Amino acid sequence: MNKQDVLVIEAHRTGRHYWRDLWRYRELFFFLAWRDILVRYKQTTIGIVWALGRPLITMLVFTLVFSKLAKLPSDGAPYPILVFAALLPWQFFASAFSGAGDSLISNAGMISKVYFPRLIIPASTLIVSFVDFLISLAILVGLMAWYDFSPSSHMFALPIFTLLVFFAAMGTGLWIAALNVEYRDLRIIVPFVVQFGLYISPVGFSSSIVPEQWRLLYSLNPMVGVIDGFRWAILGGNTPFYWPGFLLSSFLVLAILITGLYYFRKAEKTFADVI
Amino acid sequence: MSPVIRIEHLSKKYPIGHQKQAGGNSLREVLANSASRFFSKLRHPFVAPKIDPTREEFWALQDVSFDILQGDRVGIIGRNGAGKSTLLKILSRITEPTSGKVSITGRVVSLLEVGTGFHPELTGRENIYLNGAILGMSKSEIAKKFDEIVAFAEVERFLDTPVKRYSSGMYVRLAFAVAAHLEPEILIVDEVLAVGDAQFQKKCLGKLQAVGQDGRTVLFVSHNMTAVSALCNKAVVLDNGRLVLTASPETAIKRYLGGESGEHRTSVEWNADNAPGDGTIRLIRVASLNTRGEESKFFDRNESIHIQMEYLMPGKHRLPIAPQIRVFDEAKTCIFVSHKPQTWLNETANSTYASVCVIPDHFMNNKRYFVDVYFTTPYTREVHLHVENIISFEVTDSERNSNFGIIPGTVRPDFQWLTKKIS
Repeated sequence: MNKQDVLVIEAHRTGRHYWRDLWRYRELFFFLAWRDILVRYKQTTIGIVWALGRPLITMLVFTLVFSKLAKLPSDGAPYPILVFAALLPWQFFASAFSGAGDSLISNAGMISKVYFPRLIIPASTLIVSFVDFLISLAILVGLMAWYDFSPSSHMFALPIFTLLVFFAAMGTGLWIAALNVEYRDLRIIVPFVVQFGLYISPVGFSSSIVPEQWRLLYSLNPMVGVIDGFRWAILGGNTPFYWPGFLLSSFLVLAILITGLYYFRKAEKTFADVI
Repeated sequence: MSPVIRIEHLSKKYPIGHQKQAGGNSLREVLANSASRFFSKLRHPFVAPKIDPTREEFWALQDVSFDILQGDRVGIIGRNGAGKSTLLKILSRITEPTSGKVSITGRVVSLLEVGTGFHPELTGRENIYLNGAILGMSKSEIAKKFDEIVAFAEVERFLDTPVKRYSSGMYVRLAFAVAAHLEPEILIVDEVLAVGDAQFQKKCLGKLQAVGQDGRTVLFVSHNMTAVSALCNKAVVLDNGRLVLTASPETAIKRYLGGESGEHRTSVEWNADNAPGDGTIRLIRVASLNTRGEESKFFDRNESIHIQMEYLMPGKHRLPIAPQIRVFDEAKTCIFVSHKPQTWLNETANSTYASVCVIPDHFMNNKRYFVDVYFTTPYTREVHLHVENIISFEVTDSERNSNFGIIPGTVRPDFQWLTKKIS
């Protein structure tokens, strides 16, 4: 045995090998994601139906309310596609956020009995939501074919925006997961944030209806930049790209992610003691 | 040989919140507390903030240092709350120490619970992979050991059944099988042998012994002294978070069993002001005495145990008063109740009396026992006094080598046996 294998445990120094450990435990990360996906589609026979049906039904309702009743503009694209392009990142964000929030509590047994970098747990719940995201993406492709709506070259920017929504979900998820361990009553707030967020984010309508002078202020909601990005990439050139808003939202997303990581790492040390 | 685990001045402190509800703080409480602190700071800016009286500290471990060499099989013993589990949690990196240092050389696998991360909806096969990954095995390692694990757990036929349909025995066998096939350099095990039936426990112990014989290092926490002395070549005794001694298992176990009874009383006396009882009877003294009439904590199996009660009867009474003792084992199970109508006092007049209950020799097992005292009037069912857990005594066995382990059973009466040739 060589000297490099010595593991030193001391107060406030356990974080030294964190990122190396995270790499070592990558298999556990995949196993947990695999378990969550498996359980999700096993427990309910309607698992797949649910993954397909939820975005479709939401899309239908939003189209009916915002297009047919409120008569909001669709920026030239079919309204259902306008809505669906926004639902794609929003539903990913919403399910990843609430999934990550509950993840530590529901794996409390593991946390108090086994060591591994705790970051794995909220991160693996993201994968489950990502599978739903991919299913929704397939629905979108079908929808576009149905409306005979051909994608533009903007489509190539989609991975960038996907990464952005990943970061947004991860950042907020880490915050809520760590806070949830210490303050159990936060659990009640999560569904409220998700529901409220759906209406203050431009999911059912295009953000072009927001008056020009308020547009930058509106982008303080980081999901605005993300959703606008998705629309721009999917709907093509009809929607002009609003750079200031995008940059502001991206900056906020990164800030949430970095502070989220920092806070999670700090809180993580006492998870086993308080959970 | 250099130690594989070196523990230096290890301490761990936990805060205890008295009014805290189970399941963590609530944000509302925290916000309310910090708001009130903020306002009191506004009003009295130069007064140091009061320390929250509901926050108390508890040292689960204090200044513990010892070394473990390669190939050592170390038993960690101590009463509940002695700090055993905290020590294992720090060594497994689940929680951080408050101060001190641990250096570990080699790959550690800790088994603080069997079946951590088992999911009831998943099949046996899926759970083997999942649990293996949680315990730190790689996928290829698990695949290599898969058949062995299945054979050890004896669940071949149910591999593709969700574990929620398993019997509890099967569940535990599967969980232990995964853990038993880990190949760490250092294995940390906490009390897992307390599960499963006797036969399976034996199998597990055998597996652990095999691990130890391969030259790997084992840390083993257990309340089962037989298992500790069978498995370990060294033992560490913890008490109230402090290290008492590191020694051979025999010495350590003796110290642990001896020290454990130290906290308890062999006699209790009251004065007139605080004597338990009512207007009919007041208890003055309870003691465990040996045959020479001396107070004693320890009794050999070959001597009788005298439980003596002294009490005052202030008035005149026509109804009988029945003294009674109840004897309990460490699990607080009542083993027997004893009283004798022939010795009841049928008429009393302002006097002090003594009653003795003689527990015969060769009746108790070599264990520790606790005594309750009752005084009742049998006909009216009136309870005059009841003192729980008032004294304790411990029975040792000089006729038998304790290395053979403890004989099961809460009592061990010496019954009459006959053997004769019949054909």
